[in-house]
Amino acid sequence: MSMAYQSRIRWAGYALLAPFVLVFLIFLVLPLVQAGVLALKQTYGPQASVWVGLENFRHLANDPLFWRAVSNTLIYTASTILIQLPLALGLAMVLNHPKIRGRGIYRLIFFSPQLMGMVFVSMLAGLIFEKRSGLVNQALHAAFGTSLDFPWLQVYIMPTLIISTLWMYVGFNMVYFLAALQNVERSLVEAASVDGAGPWARFRHVTIPAIRPVGSFVVLLSVIGSLQLFELPYVMLDGSAGPANRGLTIVLYLYQNGFEIGDLGYASAIGWVLGLMLVVAAALQMRLARERG
Amino acid sequence: MKHRRVSSMWAIAAHLALIPLAMLTLIPFIWLVTASLKSSEDFFTSAFLPKGDGPLGIAWDRITLDHYIRLFEEIGIGRALLNSVFLASTTAILATLCCAAGGYALARLKFRGNLAMTVLVLGALLVPPPLLLAPTYQVLYQFGLLDTFSGLILPAIAPAFGVFLFRQAVLQSVPPDLLEASRLDGCSEIGIFFAVVLPLVKPMIGAFLLITFLGTWNNFISPQVVLQTAEKFPLSVAVAQLRGVYKQDYGLLMAGTMISILPPAVLFLMLQKEFVSGLTSGAVKS
Repeated sequence: MSMAYQSRIRWAGYALLAPFVLVFLIFLVLPLVQAGVLALKQTYGPQASVWVGLENFRHLANDPLFWRAVSNTLIYTASTILIQLPLALGLAMVLNHPKIRGRGIYRLIFFSPQLMGMVFVSMLAGLIFEKRSGLVNQALHAAFGTSLDFPWLQVYIMPTLIISTLWMYVGFNMVYFLAALQNVERSLVEAASVDGAGPWARFRHVTIPAIRPVGSFVVLLSVIGSLQLFELPYVMLDGSAGPANRGLTIVLYLYQNGFEIGDLGYASAIGWVLGLMLVVAAALQMRLARERG
Repeated sequence: MKHRRVSSMWAIAAHLALIPLAMLTLIPFIWLVTASLKSSEDFFTSAFLPKGDGPLGIAWDRITLDHYIRLFEEIGIGRALLNSVFLASTTAILATLCCAAGGYALARLKFRGNLAMTVLVLGALLVPPPLLLAPTYQVLYQFGLLDTFSGLILPAIAPAFGVFLFRQAVLQSVPPDLLEASRLDGCSEIGIFFAVVLPLVKPMIGAFLLITFLGTWNNFISPQVVLQTAEKFPLSVAVAQLRGVYKQDYGLLMAGTMISILPPAVLFLMLQKEFVSGLTSGAVKS
């Protein structure tokens, strides 16, 4: 029966896919190929360029600023895994308890910072962590008598970045974990409890296995997002990486090279290293998920 | 009995932990709102609303909309607001159409190259956006699209994850038999797409429209790189640039931030359910 329609269906398929394919080829495949070519060149803006072969990568390996950017980015990424996600899970577990009233309101409150885009959070954080006039220093001064000139945006830039994104993302990840906790069967928890399993044993052997699929997805998303941190330091530090490059991240360094210095080639080389890091992170994560699962 | 007492004590302890955390989450918002509503002098003398003799010990008469008025009258933030609305809605609508059509074709229509394209789309999910930043700039330069809205919109209307999401949605909620029956009824292929397929993936359309709208609204790096003319800046870039010019004008900066976050927040609160269903469907399927 459907034989008669085969060619009609084929043409419909081409027609419906055409707009996507056209844009996809021009703005994804073509730039990806260009990224490969550019990484082997040094450019001065989009027009002038010289072929340098693998020189960009050799230079990158010996570029102290690049390593500074990598170490900052990795520290930040580690903080999301070690601080942000455990907090999000803890919050989700507390909120998931059936005895808690006002759960919907708490959930909305904790999620609400996510309604602000990263740029606008950066604007707010930039003022909140300011010396003297900033809310953080004023509150700490009032409560503990610490100095009003505590240099968050001058010296303690990494902690400032980490605290700001805690505010923004703990509630967001909590929503995922809350959804995951619906997979934990209460009867199983109660059975474990009757068998004499303590809270930690119940958590390890009942809760963790049940939330593993969503959990590993959240970990991967957080790592991917963290490795690409850019707006927060860039806007908060007024378009710079802060004193002594204390807030330099990989994408910020890519941006500086490509669009402030104008070397799209070096920027592309940085992009490839970042891409490699993301692939390694994804592979590692999948491996871990499979081994434990 | 004992059990009940233990769990109600547990609930009290939980609230004792949750309430301070909730306050900590809300205080920056309160600071933002109040900073945008008071003069520069009051900014330095009071943490939140200006203190005075009015009800609750607050000088209500010193609350001012001056910063907002200045933003619209002197700085022309209205233009940036319109740019953001235009960019975000155009991108959202075009990306949704493009991805829904592509996702449906890949999911349910048989043609040569279907499998290859599906593999290509899956592969593209692995490409990190920053890698494409420099080469996209070059491509836009070659097409003469730098400093244009098209240069921002076009690269954003065919995200691989969009096609992937719609492909999954169609596989899940559009039965092949229904398509076959529609053909027998004399429906054209385009008619089937608009009248049969799109209504069946409506939840995904809502979620994807919202996700793309919010993503474009909050996108900073692309307009920052592509646009040069100040009149074309969306709010993300325009407001971030205020920071360089009006460094000490805290009230003004916070009013600009308020104007930028209110429209998407209102939209989100209105369409919360779609957004959450979109998020979770993404979670389950990836």
